[in-house]
Amino acid sequence: MSKDFNFESGLEPDRFELAAPPTYHFDVDRREFFRFLGAGVLIVCVLKDARALQESGAGGQGAQGTSLPKEIGAWLHIGENGSVTVYTGKVEVGQNIRTSLTQAVAEELHVPVTAIQIVMGDTKLTPYDRGTFGSRTTPEMNLQLRIVASAARDTLIVLAAAQWQVDSKRLIAADGRITDSESKRTVEYAALVKGKQLTETLPVEDPLIPAAHWTVAGQPLPKVGGRDFVTGKHRYPCDQNLPDMLHGKVLRPSSFGATLASLDTQDAEKIPGVVVVHDGNFVGVAAPSAEVASRAVAAIRAEWKSQPQISNKELFDYLKKNPVEGGGPLDSPFRYEAGSMDKALASADHHLQQTYTTNYIAHCPLEPRAALAQWSGDDLTVWTGTQRPFGVRTELAAAFHMPEERVRVLMPDMGSGYGGKHTGETAIEASRLARAARRPVKILWTREEELTWAYFRPAAVIDISSAMRKDGKITGWEFHNYNSGAAGISTVYDIENQRIQFHPARSPLRQGSYRALAATANHFARESYMDELAHLVKMDPLEFRIKNLKNERLRTVFETAAKKFGWGQAKTSAGQGFGMGGGFEKGGNVATFAEVSLDRKSGDVKVARLVTAFECGAIVNPDGLRNQLEGANIMALGGTLFETIEFENGQIRNGRFSDYRLPRFSDVPVIETVMIDRKDIPSAGAGESSLVGVAPAIANAIFDASGVRLRSLPLVPNGLRMA
Amino acid sequence: MATVRQLNVNGRVYTTDADSDASLLFVLRDHLDLTGSKYGCGEGQCGACTVLIDGKSRRSCITRVGDVAQRQITTIEGLAQGDRLHPVQQAFLDEGAMQCAYCTSGMIMTAVSLLNARRDSSAAEIARSMEGNICRCGTQPRIVLAIQRAAKVMNESKQ
Repeated sequence: MSKDFNFESGLEPDRFELAAPPTYHFDVDRREFFRFLGAGVLIVCVLKDARALQESGAGGQGAQGTSLPKEIGAWLHIGENGSVTVYTGKVEVGQNIRTSLTQAVAEELHVPVTAIQIVMGDTKLTPYDRGTFGSRTTPEMNLQLRIVASAARDTLIVLAAAQWQVDSKRLIAADGRITDSESKRTVEYAALVKGKQLTETLPVEDPLIPAAHWTVAGQPLPKVGGRDFVTGKHRYPCDQNLPDMLHGKVLRPSSFGATLASLDTQDAEKIPGVVVVHDGNFVGVAAPSAEVASRAVAAIRAEWKSQPQISNKELFDYLKKNPVEGGGPLDSPFRYEAGSMDKALASADHHLQQTYTTNYIAHCPLEPRAALAQWSGDDLTVWTGTQRPFGVRTELAAAFHMPEERVRVLMPDMGSGYGGKHTGETAIEASRLARAARRPVKILWTREEELTWAYFRPAAVIDISSAMRKDGKITGWEFHNYNSGAAGISTVYDIENQRIQFHPARSPLRQGSYRALAATANHFARESYMDELAHLVKMDPLEFRIKNLKNERLRTVFETAAKKFGWGQAKTSAGQGFGMGGGFEKGGNVATFAEVSLDRKSGDVKVARLVTAFECGAIVNPDGLRNQLEGANIMALGGTLFETIEFENGQIRNGRFSDYRLPRFSDVPVIETVMIDRKDIPSAGAGESSLVGVAPAIANAIFDASGVRLRSLPLVPNGLRMA
Repeated sequence: MATVRQLNVNGRVYTTDADSDASLLFVLRDHLDLTGSKYGCGEGQCGACTVLIDGKSRRSCITRVGDVAQRQITTIEGLAQGDRLHPVQQAFLDEGAMQCAYCTSGMIMTAVSLLNARRDSSAAEIARSMEGNICRCGTQPRIVLAIQRAAKVMNESKQ
């Protein structure tokens, strides 16, 4: 039994996704590259931000040393057979960036999409990347890949010009070949790079094809490799196998924070082929099959010591009474003040103070956490489902007190994450068992483990008060978020006097990132409150918003969605209600309008229709974007209407799918999306911002239908109770 | 402990030594390395593990392998005819009816079972038939469109 393992280390989630990453120095060694990739042309993209950071001396670990900056975003290789391989640390989790990034490369390099392969999230082969979150892939990685691809194209043109002894301006790149526009001579990329070992390193500054001239990007492209997904051929992290592999299972404590009082593993150890590991508070087994592993864990007798803990009922009171002053290592408080809130209040015609709350919810990726770990001497290789392969590598290195260079993490395209797979607990568990068993070990968490021992979207308490003139102009705005975070906390409305604050709190449950972070809670509160203010001065909620809103892009999505929805139409049935919500988040502008129908007898609420207008700059893949918008609406529906984690005394009370209610086919309303393509604005991501209008739109529609104002998410876990 | 020695999967006879009480999903994935059927919940609530037993959909995670030892089992791996995709598989591609696609094999198998029984369902009826399958990414509207498209293709080709 090894005692050198600190299981507690490196497990806390990167909660608000802001923790500074180690700036990675990658020394590009040409010879090493070509040994690995074969001959051809290699284009390496150096990050401009990283370079600026280094020059200012603010690069943390990255600032050490005096050599040239080597922070690399991505690289691209054209092989002697004309195949294009791109390497990026981003990962594919169902958002279909493998597809949109392929389009970006095809666009600039002028090769068919089928010629491009993207290697993603392999810590040995791809450049360092902080992780796939925060809707950063499209604004950052898409741009970087366009730049490397564009540089690769220029390099090929220069090669051809030299070969033919002509002016490169005459040469045109198209469809995987260079053509001389005068002599009509032509050469394939493959022939051009044959026998070459050429590298080109460039900063992120090259001119690119403007979105208005895109031919491949900007068009719909089906999921790359889609056929492997409809035939069952694709291997997700949980499908990875190795010869001689064992299956692992971990003994879970009786409640959160419980510690072992006594342990008897004798019966488990008697089962043939079973290896039991007890290390600190970690107890796990490795066995020839998952079934035997479960049997072995069930045969372990353990007593746990635990402290009394709070339940749902006390949650919101608890969050306000348990601040973490100054924030924790991963939580920064946020405070913004403009003008004088006190003066605004003194001269206001209306004051309104309201409190909104949101409960914890679970990500429920359909593929639970999975990892396969293999030791080879002191080297560790782990295949695992994560949005942060490099972060997991750091966690593994810390847990096993080894240098990161000896750890390789690979991330096969996984069964989604939604912000829920930032951490490497399963990778650590499998690695710990594999080391003891001296065989590869795979762990696939059960759904119950996923719903209990993963982390949750933070609960929130939000207090809002305001000062308003009788004509509906808001003059003062005070907004306090307790516990859930600062994402989307700033108001998009034009208000002179503001006081906005995020108060980190001690959370009774483990919490972390969730698609859109706190922006969902903050938009729910803000946009519900805007509706309340509109009713206070008897104004139409759309007119009221526009009156207080200067931002043209946001006004446009509200007005576009209103038109598509038919805002202002008369109700056609009893129990019908209409509402809206929207905002700006992570580069995306969104407005969602909802129609609900309420059964006054049963209290059942049915969302009949959701209309979303969305604008995030130039659209890279219209069908991919529409898919994201539809999916975001449906995912948001769950947390809006009925999803909630029930807990009591350190235990989850609804930790299985038969108890935790997820959106199903019959819950899905008619969904209509309007995508506004702004080719003059750089592309932003869409996976998160698209969620934030749904909850307030539905809450406001319920108010419109019933006169009942619901201020807590989920809104109707058991149907609507009429006041 | 009774043991299952043979299983008919995708028109092929596999030899195995699985405990009769083991779940079919476990045997498919861990004994036969047919990993297209997925674990999602282990209690028949999400449909990711759906396979066909004699052409009808069944949740393999809550099916004893001993109960289906004599039956024809079809998994996602056995649906295409050589290189030719089943119309439901093709329709999922054509409608872009997936994001992470972890639910896709279960969705397709459930849809094939439905279309084996009837092909004139309305969108609402299709949604009801698919109620036991979860897509967390939220592609349900596209899945309904894909099933309607496949129904049309199958009707036209009289498959």
